[in-house]
Amino acid sequence: MDKTWNNKAWFLVLPVLVLVAFSAVIPLMTVVNYSVQDTFGNNQFFWAGTEWFEELLASDRFWQAMGRNLIFSFIILAIEVPLGIFIALNMPKKGWGVPVCLVLMALPLLIPWNVVGTIWQVFGRNDIGLLGYTVNALGIDYNYVKDPFDAWVTVIVMDVWHWTSLVVLLCYAGLVSIPDAFYQAAKIDGASRWSVFRYIQLPKMQRVLLIAVLLRFMDSFMIYTEPFVVTGGGPGNSTTFLSIDLVKMALGQFDLGPAAAMSLVYFLIILLLSWVFYTVMTNYDAER
Amino acid sequence: MARIDVNHIRHSYLADPRKDSDFALKEVHHTFEDGGAYALLGPSGCGKTTLLNIISGLLRPSHGQLLFNGKDVTNLSTQERNIAQVFQFPVIYDTMTVYDNLAFPLRNRGVPEADVDRKVRETLEMTDLVSWAGRKARGLTADQKQKISLGRGLVRSDVNAILFDEPLTVIDPHMKWVLRSQLKQLHRRFGYTMVYVTHDQTEALTFAERVVVMYDGEIVQIGTPTELFERPRHTFVGYFIGSPGMNVMPVKVEGKVARLGSQSIQLPGALKSAEGAIELGVRPEYVRIGSKGMPVSITKVEDVGRHKVIRAKLEGRDIAAIIGEDDEIPADAKVSFEPAGINIYADSWRVEMGA
Repeated sequence: MDKTWNNKAWFLVLPVLVLVAFSAVIPLMTVVNYSVQDTFGNNQFFWAGTEWFEELLASDRFWQAMGRNLIFSFIILAIEVPLGIFIALNMPKKGWGVPVCLVLMALPLLIPWNVVGTIWQVFGRNDIGLLGYTVNALGIDYNYVKDPFDAWVTVIVMDVWHWTSLVVLLCYAGLVSIPDAFYQAAKIDGASRWSVFRYIQLPKMQRVLLIAVLLRFMDSFMIYTEPFVVTGGGPGNSTTFLSIDLVKMALGQFDLGPAAAMSLVYFLIILLLSWVFYTVMTNYDAER
Repeated sequence: MARIDVNHIRHSYLADPRKDSDFALKEVHHTFEDGGAYALLGPSGCGKTTLLNIISGLLRPSHGQLLFNGKDVTNLSTQERNIAQVFQFPVIYDTMTVYDNLAFPLRNRGVPEADVDRKVRETLEMTDLVSWAGRKARGLTADQKQKISLGRGLVRSDVNAILFDEPLTVIDPHMKWVLRSQLKQLHRRFGYTMVYVTHDQTEALTFAERVVVMYDGEIVQIGTPTELFERPRHTFVGYFIGSPGMNVMPVKVEGKVARLGSQSIQLPGALKSAEGAIELGVRPEYVRIGSKGMPVSITKVEDVGRHKVIRAKLEGRDIAAIIGEDDEIPADAKVSFEPAGINIYADSWRVEMGA
């Protein structure tokens, strides 16, 4: 049978192509363009080649920001994933408690990021913040503006508060999909609570956990708004993550070339790490 | 293995049951003999799974007692009752190998590893899974998974009973036969007490020595497959078992004669008591089509291979008959009922006929 060739069909995908071009491809290409040139006022461009990339990869500032970012992502994953699983396991499976819990869990996710930052910025202040004031009144010296450790604690607690719900909701979705028969069979087999978790619940949650880890990793690696609002990257550079550094460079110092180079490297790192995560976890899944 | 006494058990899923219809299980009083193979047969929602879950301990009955070998186990947990249950959908532990799946119930009970190994190997043998032992359980087919579920019950030598909750629902038809005959074989070899819940009459009749037919939260009849076929105690059993089900028609009985509209049917005996709404039941297998008897108009002939099913109208009521594949239907067809196949029901329950 002859296939009908109808080139008009291409018009159907045109809107998507245009949209992607304007939203992703063209901006990305301008960044590539900037990254290989030096710019001056009056739109003067000078070819710089790989200079910005070499400079970037040799700079301590970049590697330190990157290190902080990796540590941050690692810590929040290490807290949010187990905590999310724990909360999901303890949420009611039926009755009036279900909608109540789901709404409570969804609330932090609905708050705009800069508002979350503002909330914690005020909450943690020593003079008027409920948290900062109380903690200090209890005799603990807490000041996120001065002490790098306190700043880290604040940023991490804020992220946990904001995003654990996502892990909870994903895990919960995995848990409610387990038929009752599995729990009944486990009872009959004399399985302990731990075995039920290890051999029934965890395997069933694995797929959604993969998504949760990926999302949380990418998001936390790109984190900007919340720490920027709370600490502005300080004290010193102690909470300056990659994205904060990038904005400082691009807008604060207006070094467009280096900033563009950094954007590209940053983008590639996230792409690479996400790919590694995904491959490792899906391979693990396939092997079993 | 154990004898299981279900002692006046009633169950309701409501917190405060008041009337009879609040009960999923109205009142069940029955003994499952040690080593017997029973089928609980009934339509969806008749309470058979409820009864099974009460036996296994997943549900605690609202009223009544459950005894294993005379010992009250009503308040014991599932684990303490030591029963095995196979569910409608195969329950396997995805991440474990077939071997580990079978070893799981033993290891949970702290059985020494040497005994675990011996028992698991025996069970692999019994369930034909030897060559799969080292495989991850998740990649297997539905019938193999269901065998694993069964194997986890068989592996414990001391189980009191093995309960099946519609275990063949997700199995391909040709494998159903294989699994069912393997079950029967296991039963014969090891004498487990087996209770098998199903809504499929073929499954029930081929698996069990005694079939317990349930309807609307009650046991309506317990009997061998033949008894259920020949002498259904309740019109429901008549409808439910057999294909097509029993013909049931309202009649008036005078002595040894039943009147159906303008027709009269000779009964094998007089009724011992005849109160309530009287119905006559006769299975299609006992309906004869020929040139003698009551006039009918045939509406449809279904050829199902081994025999033909005749659908006809008798005195304005639908009636089914089964005739041989090669039997002829006369032009002016008439029907008669074989006396041996006639049952009389008063308010849906069978009444005995005297000589």
